[in-house]
Amino acid sequence: MANNISDYKTDIHNDWCAGCGDFGILNSIQMALCELNIANHNAVIFSGIGCSGKTPHFINTYGIHTIHGRVLPFAQGAKISNPQITVIALGGDGDGLGIGAGHFVAAGRRNVDMTYIIFNNGVYGLTKGQPSPTLSQGIKTKNSINKNINCSINPIELAIVTGFTFVARGHSFDIQHLKNLIISAISHKGLSFIDVIQPCPTYNDDMHTVNSANTFSSQSYYKLNQSTYDPIISDRDNKLTQYEKLNKILIKSHEFGHKIPIGVFYQNNIISSYQDRLNDITISHKNISPASTKISDSNHNPSTDISNLIDEIILK
Amino acid sequence: MNFDYTWLIGGPQGSGVDTAANIFSNTCALYGYYIFGKREYHSNIKGEHSYYEVRLSNTKINSTTNNINMLVGIDAETIIRHTQDVLDGGMIIFDQRILNIKITEIKTIDNYFNSRLRNYLQKKEKVFSIRGLLETAKDRNITLCPISLHDIQSHTSKINNNMIYSSRSFNIIYVSLSLGLLNISFSFILKTITKIFNKKSNVIKNTIQISKYAYDYAINYLTRIDVIMQQCAPANRMLIKGHESIALGKIIAGCRFQSYYPITPATDECLYMESKGFVNNNKPDEVTIIQSEDEISAICMAIGSSLTGVRSSTSTSGPGFSLMVESLGWAGINEVPIVITLYQRSGPSTGLPTRHGQEDLLFAIHAGHGEFPMIVYASGNIEESFYDTTICFNFSEIYQVPVIHMVDKFIASSIITCNKFDSDQIKIMRGKLLKEINNKHYKRFQITDDGISPRSTLGMINGIFWNTGDESDEYGHITEDPICRTEMMDKRISRLDLIVKTVPKSQQIILHKISKHCIISWGSTTGPILDAIKMLEKINIHVGFLQIKLLHPFPTEHIRSVLDDVTIIIDIEANKTHQLGKLFKQNLSRDIDYYILKYTGRPITCTEIYQSLQNIFSKKSNKEIVLTHGQ
Repeated sequence: MANNISDYKTDIHNDWCAGCGDFGILNSIQMALCELNIANHNAVIFSGIGCSGKTPHFINTYGIHTIHGRVLPFAQGAKISNPQITVIALGGDGDGLGIGAGHFVAAGRRNVDMTYIIFNNGVYGLTKGQPSPTLSQGIKTKNSINKNINCSINPIELAIVTGFTFVARGHSFDIQHLKNLIISAISHKGLSFIDVIQPCPTYNDDMHTVNSANTFSSQSYYKLNQSTYDPIISDRDNKLTQYEKLNKILIKSHEFGHKIPIGVFYQNNIISSYQDRLNDITISHKNISPASTKISDSNHNPSTDISNLIDEIILK
Repeated sequence: MNFDYTWLIGGPQGSGVDTAANIFSNTCALYGYYIFGKREYHSNIKGEHSYYEVRLSNTKINSTTNNINMLVGIDAETIIRHTQDVLDGGMIIFDQRILNIKITEIKTIDNYFNSRLRNYLQKKEKVFSIRGLLETAKDRNITLCPISLHDIQSHTSKINNNMIYSSRSFNIIYVSLSLGLLNISFSFILKTITKIFNKKSNVIKNTIQISKYAYDYAINYLTRIDVIMQQCAPANRMLIKGHESIALGKIIAGCRFQSYYPITPATDECLYMESKGFVNNNKPDEVTIIQSEDEISAICMAIGSSLTGVRSSTSTSGPGFSLMVESLGWAGINEVPIVITLYQRSGPSTGLPTRHGQEDLLFAIHAGHGEFPMIVYASGNIEESFYDTTICFNFSEIYQVPVIHMVDKFIASSIITCNKFDSDQIKIMRGKLLKEINNKHYKRFQITDDGISPRSTLGMINGIFWNTGDESDEYGHITEDPICRTEMMDKRISRLDLIVKTVPKSQQIILHKISKHCIISWGSTTGPILDAIKMLEKINIHVGFLQIKLLHPFPTEHIRSVLDDVTIIIDIEANKTHQLGKLFKQNLSRDIDYYILKYTGRPITCTEIYQSLQNIFSKKSNKEIVLTHGQ
């Protein structure tokens, strides 16, 4: 079993721009996999389209680089079919919160046990820097013609209200911190979301934007776990406490001024995972998954016996 | 002697037309008749006109006709819309109270129909009213059978002490009257009701009492019909609906994951699978059914599932398939086996959402940008669709391509009697799916002699691979190298030739009959064509019929060889632009002589084809014949 960070790397040429925040996220993922000692063949990295979409090619695990905005449906289909694999889905902010926003919301409602990481740089980098859904209104990026006319989405709040059960924010330049978030996210039973703020050094790295390297280095960020903030809702909390905590969590999610919180915003240990709900409906799912089901014998005959279904429609 | 009898029941949506037809079909099938039934309904929850047509025969039948022998109207609209189709000498059952309803008062009858009916009655010199219409029926020697639903209802409610309940059972009364008129022993009705209402045991007793009363009423007070008696259904005959057949095909084929988004007429299959997916208590045979947030998610989930080695599928109709197309290309370039059951309906856009059509053939063949291999395969009837479903899964895994299984609304919502499905005919062929990998040099897209690479699945030791929607190398990593691109494209596309070469010829086409005049067609037109051919044989007209099942890649040479001696080709399709005809001409460089087309949203009947072919044979036909029968 691999336990060296180099075992999680491929020798594929990485064509991201120098100084790109993607590197930090890539390293954090590899470090998290290594630290959790997840066998290479047991992990699957799904990605969307764009610079971040290339990430799976740099990781020596199964890597599925899908289409624009659809990473979550692909990942959920795989995880539901084979619950044994560790699934990490990742993609850009435009991918997940623009074209893929419907899937983001629907995934929250399901709470499939996997991790979703958004590479949040405020722009569509690979198509040369158009504003993305997380860019604040009024910001003009390097290549955009006008100031951004749309208001921005709050990914943290959106994830919480749509049902993700682990919600965190990291920064691509704090690799140790991000690695720890990813480890917690993978370990959480349910759908985890990490919003990772990063610069796009080519199109969104101006001094005044939250994404810029400058903003990070000027200590505009603080860590939630170094405060008294409590992100966890568990069955030890009564209904009223849960409600009060959730209110505080949602208020915290709006904190995005000159001091930006990073760390775990929300962890709900009460809401059941999709797998648990499936288990309640179906019988065999407890011990067996679609992927582990035998469907034929060695002579290519079907293993499935439909005689009792035929019996229902036979005329007698 | 041949017995061929069509019963039609209609009423507002929500009035129990479906249940009545199910009771009728099951009872008659139990009694030993062959059945072909079809359901027509509006895109509406309650109130619009819906009807169910059930054809009975003592020989095998595959379609409906233009004619009705017994028309049963739960409401006035049914009588107004269908009386013209009742055969001379037929019978109409209705509640006498409808005689006082004005046609123009019925809001669900639109102006188009009204003006056509007005013209008809004017020609017949009758008053524009239900009475006027029924007079035309009387003139044609049709037995009018007005009943007092009020009387029957008050009797049955006395039995049940429950007025409200019995007013809901008009459908039971009408179907029981009908079965009484057909002289079918009540024991068959009893069996049927017990079976259909199985889970609602509290209503069974009442239903049986109402049914018996109405049945006796028919026996005692109404004129019964001469029929060819049957005994009971032979062992091993089934009564099955199209969507059930395909669902059963999926279950036995080992499909263990299906994601879908609700859409008519594909949803029935998914719901059936969800309710029956748990096949056997002792075996883990469950199909995981996921209702996704949209059709894009449905296909993407199914692809994700397939990557884990699961036989996965999605079912949809035209609008949903339109949304799936981008992902289809991803499955194509990544060589992912997946089966998409495409239940066609009338388009474009929302079109006639609950009606039939075969309008998506060329769309399916050309779905997706760029060039990639896939299979488009069409089933001709309900029985075929069971076996074909299992074949489609085999194709998808053997050739590692997406397979689009084309069916349609006519197949989905029709009901037939057929022989019990033979599980022994089903083989599960998984192609180059690997069970384990014992070396460290696995390449998912390895160049091989036959263009197909051994397939690993997510989670397999030593089987790590990458997929990407970009062009990729043998490992699955992105490449823009021109030579590698050429090799990969050649590898993938070479599969189209391989498919035509290696799919058994018997699965590519069915040559039902050969003659100088030969019909070509695809999909659910098969049924009415087969019935029409039989009818024509009786008047000594012989027409051949080639049913094409493998539509993409197109088995050009095989088709060319079987049509060698044919002089006249007649293309029959349920669309406007004769899509198969175009495909045929494109591939064989051979002209079509006649087109028989229908795009009203209603299925083609055998009568329509019979008449059209008679016209062709007597040289009275245009090159293009457009059919319009049906409500």
